[in-house]
Amino acid sequence: MTETMHSEVAHRADERAPAPLLSVRDIRKTYGSYVGCTDVSFDLYPGEVMGIVGESGSGKSTLLNCLAGHLAPDRGEVLFDTRAEGPRDTVTMSEPERRMLSRTDWAFVHQNPRDGLRMGVSAGGNVGERLMAVGARNYGAIRESATDWLGRVEIADTRIDDRPSAFSGGMQQRLQIARNLVTGPRLVFMDEPTGGLDVSVQARLLDLMRGLVREMGLSAIIVTHDLAVVRLLAHRLMVMKSGHVVEAGLTDQVLDDPQHAYTQLLVSSVLQV
Amino acid sequence: MTDQAYNFAYLDEQTKRMIRRAILKGVAIPGYQVPFASREMPMPYGWGTGGVQVSAACLTPSDTFKVIDQGADDTTNAVSIRKFFERTAQVATTEHTAEATVIQTRHRIPEAPLGEDQILVYQVPIPEPLRFLEPRETETRKMHSLEEYGLMHVKLYEDIARHGHIATSYAYPVKVEGRYVMDPSPIPKFDNPKLEMAAIQLFGAGREQRIYAIPPYTRVVSLDFEDHPFDPSKADHPCDLCGADHTYLDEVIVDDAGGRMFVCSDTDYCAGRQAAGHRGRLSEEDAA
Repeated sequence: MTETMHSEVAHRADERAPAPLLSVRDIRKTYGSYVGCTDVSFDLYPGEVMGIVGESGSGKSTLLNCLAGHLAPDRGEVLFDTRAEGPRDTVTMSEPERRMLSRTDWAFVHQNPRDGLRMGVSAGGNVGERLMAVGARNYGAIRESATDWLGRVEIADTRIDDRPSAFSGGMQQRLQIARNLVTGPRLVFMDEPTGGLDVSVQARLLDLMRGLVREMGLSAIIVTHDLAVVRLLAHRLMVMKSGHVVEAGLTDQVLDDPQHAYTQLLVSSVLQV
Repeated sequence: MTDQAYNFAYLDEQTKRMIRRAILKGVAIPGYQVPFASREMPMPYGWGTGGVQVSAACLTPSDTFKVIDQGADDTTNAVSIRKFFERTAQVATTEHTAEATVIQTRHRIPEAPLGEDQILVYQVPIPEPLRFLEPRETETRKMHSLEEYGLMHVKLYEDIARHGHIATSYAYPVKVEGRYVMDPSPIPKFDNPKLEMAAIQLFGAGREQRIYAIPPYTRVVSLDFEDHPFDPSKADHPCDLCGADHTYLDEVIVDDAGGRMFVCSDTDYCAGRQAAGHRGRLSEEDAA
């Protein structure tokens, strides 16, 4: 059932042929003589979720950091369809503009919630930070949207004044998601969002993310090594190996009929319970 | 004899020149923290090494110097810094705010309004208002340069969430001339409205090697929320010695039975009012 849903969405996006939200052209990033990622190009359309899978060291996090502006790529363009000025290359964009994007239209969910949260600040303050960063100056209103967002990620509103250090790993990750989505971004970067969580918590988190992505019409790029995550969330899939994209296509197409030897290995490596 | 061996105001002329450059830059960019090559001073960090260096760079032989520590002229820090400049610069010193041309202060702004011919020098322990929220210096500099001050409000948000009101009562962050967010040094927030004044205000942080400034008549706004506006609060009492109800007060425990008195923290201002005939709750008993 999920499979038909995914391909339908992808098809609809193709038929309407809107402008891509993110257009990546020929990205290359090297660390000295070592290639982080190279020759990566793809388009991401509004409402689409793209998965990037590959083994450790295959360059998927490098790619994600280049796209999100955390790393400067050596070559290539990342064209983002900004609200005000249409497609802009975020690589050559000035730093203030890029930072503005990253706290309004973009969101970044780190693998380790400690990287994305302020551990010394209460849950409410964590969610409210992005609002205050874009100019919200009414305590009552900030508090209200913090409460609302904690509810949407299934954190009890009695925990609003607790620090994230008092939260479980799954709650921290949900808090991180709430903190990122509160300003209504259009593009979410996720780096192993379910890494380090036990399977039942993972399942809840995936369910939650699937709901939020659909409800808010988010576009997302999800980096993971967990094929189950992309199977559930991603419409399209890119498989990376040694810094190159070796296969790309609709998620179920790639997973059910892998063409490249590495993808075949990857798919057959999944343990069946 | 060793007194004569020092250059005027202790520091050598090249050092004073370097500090003056930093001061001029600070005045040109109100609220911006200018790095400077802070020197070792003959006192421990935390005792006003930054303020002393700024004062040394500002003093001329014709200046009259005053030092206040928490409002008082007669506490250790104030007395020793005053003596330091009496010995090394031979400048006249005073305890009267109106007579001083250079006033070095720790944690207070004098109650009496200052004039255009005066310089107020603050001792600053931690110049970076964002420090306890963002430990990385590279990041706080970037936040200043890009005017990303949302984090400052996170601190105020946390205050309200925890205490029901903005509980920050000293070192209350301000925005200077609509641009830089600045730590006004640990003055009580009661003093924040006084930061818009006719005198030049210079801030020196010795250990942190930063100088910043507020030029005269510069707009200084205390940060707040729309529904939790800034409130320059003070103890809700009149002064027990001079009866003033508009000054910042110290609470002093006077016996073991819970007795307490409230007195002006600005000793010079309180003494002036008493000399002018103002009396408080406890002053008659003293006279009797």
